[in-house]
Amino acid sequence: MIRLDHITKTFSGQGSEVHAVRDVTLHIAPGEIFGIIGYSGAGKSTLVRCINLLERPTSGTVTVDGVELTALSERELRARRKKIAMIFQQFNLLMQRTCLDNVCFPLEIAGVKREDARRRALELLELVELADKAKAYPVQLSGGQKQRVAIARALASDPKVLLCDEATSALDPQSTRAILRLIQKINRETGITVVIITHEMAVVEEICQRVAILDSGSMVETGRVEDIFSNPQTDAGRRLVYPDGAEALTTELDAERVVRLAFNGGSAYEPLVASLAIDCGVKVNILGADTRNIDGKAFGTMLLGLPQDPAEAARALTYLKGQANVTVEEVRDYHG
Amino acid sequence: MDKFITQFKDIFANPKYLHEFLGGIWETTYSTVVATTVAFLLGLILAVLLVVGDKDGVRPLPSPVMRVLNVVINILRSVPFLILMLFVLPLSKLILGTRIGTVAAIPPLIVAAAPFIARLVETSLRETDRGVIEAAQAMGCSPFQIVWKVMLPECRPALISSFTTAFITILGYGAMAGAIGGGGLGKTAINYGYNKYNMAVMLVATVLIVILVQIAQSIGTHLAQRSDKRLR
Repeated sequence: MIRLDHITKTFSGQGSEVHAVRDVTLHIAPGEIFGIIGYSGAGKSTLVRCINLLERPTSGTVTVDGVELTALSERELRARRKKIAMIFQQFNLLMQRTCLDNVCFPLEIAGVKREDARRRALELLELVELADKAKAYPVQLSGGQKQRVAIARALASDPKVLLCDEATSALDPQSTRAILRLIQKINRETGITVVIITHEMAVVEEICQRVAILDSGSMVETGRVEDIFSNPQTDAGRRLVYPDGAEALTTELDAERVVRLAFNGGSAYEPLVASLAIDCGVKVNILGADTRNIDGKAFGTMLLGLPQDPAEAARALTYLKGQANVTVEEVRDYHG
Repeated sequence: MDKFITQFKDIFANPKYLHEFLGGIWETTYSTVVATTVAFLLGLILAVLLVVGDKDGVRPLPSPVMRVLNVVINILRSVPFLILMLFVLPLSKLILGTRIGTVAAIPPLIVAAAPFIARLVETSLRETDRGVIEAAQAMGCSPFQIVWKVMLPECRPALISSFTTAFITILGYGAMAGAIGGGGLGKTAINYGYNKYNMAVMLVATVLIVILVQIAQSIGTHLAQRSDKRLR
């Protein structure tokens, strides 16, 4: 559905150049929910703006739904943009229009008759559960409600792609979850391709199937969300997956043997520690854990402090190594 | 002081004065409304060109065009009004056949006010939320649609305020025009007051102008607030 080939975007100011995006190649399949994650300044907003050419890449080609956008005239591009919807962190609603008229806006642009536009807009407001706010103005709505109006507006032109630029970053956790669920529901019902730009790993793990990690404008890692979560390959990936730094915890430990367990999608982690105590009679310390549940499976890492007694420690290690879906690794440079 | 009181009483006793003041109010109101409306339309068009044609605008124009536009606006703005009026009066003669009277003052008022309004409106339009414009672009809006359906409606309250400010400025210019043949309350103050050493007439004419300004400002502020959907 979306093909980015060797996209580079360089901003040149007086004498200095900023390489916002460096040679990114990315293919996003139809109907997929794809995450692009990175810290602020990583170039993700610029990259998503390259998809609908709000930013024209310095080099590279953008193809959406089989049409190479970078080769189109302004007029043809405008026609194509009607099928690529976008929602924003700051919602960007028209403040002087009612919610209903905001949703009507893209239909007006497309020349749809007024009554037809209003009928369609009302359906969409019902879809986002805001039909009762049709006559309200954006200023009267909460952040989550504004974003839902923005989603209804984005869907008005029956787009094939929905670009979300930090769409939940200005929202509280509850509204964030509600918005993500709404996006997921729309994706399932309409098969719309969704691209989600975020700096929050939680957003990606909540709804994305695949993810790309952007660091200083380069795409350093890409793959299925489970794979990236269980085993990030790059520094940028590890920093995003373990923002509090499971590694950092080791520096606070006394001199005992420490192992790091990586959960690759088995059952949840607590029973493991309990069964270790019951089956082997070994008590371990949980020194730190950064784990997540994705679809009921455990991902993440845990640091265990093994008993001082070498025999007990060895028994525990053997037991742990025997577990499915758990990678065990001894941490040697834990004191510092 | 006694003379002033006598003059003051005379204003109310003599129907000639009443007639003069009522006529002045009408002429001032009428010429200000006409001049402001036309000047505002011209200024609005100039402002849209300035904002849209900017190198970061939604439809950048060639930079020489923008430079000429800016220089012309700046020159017109920096010439003192009375001098500009003397330059433009031949235009009134050409269009209206006269360079004296209320109507003759309208073209100079328009020429003087349009560049000022252009700057005023330019400032408002530049404050349109960048994000909203970006959203409109992402939806496939043409530059014209962005101006017509996004920038102008989103700026409506600021435009009403600008119109009010323009109205009041032109009212002031119109009073000055009274000194060189224009009509209205300015003429009354100069011809019947200043030239005839009648302080009372000058004072009353001035008070009437102040009242007109107050009324215009109140109506403008009220309309601007009522139209702003961000305030509720």
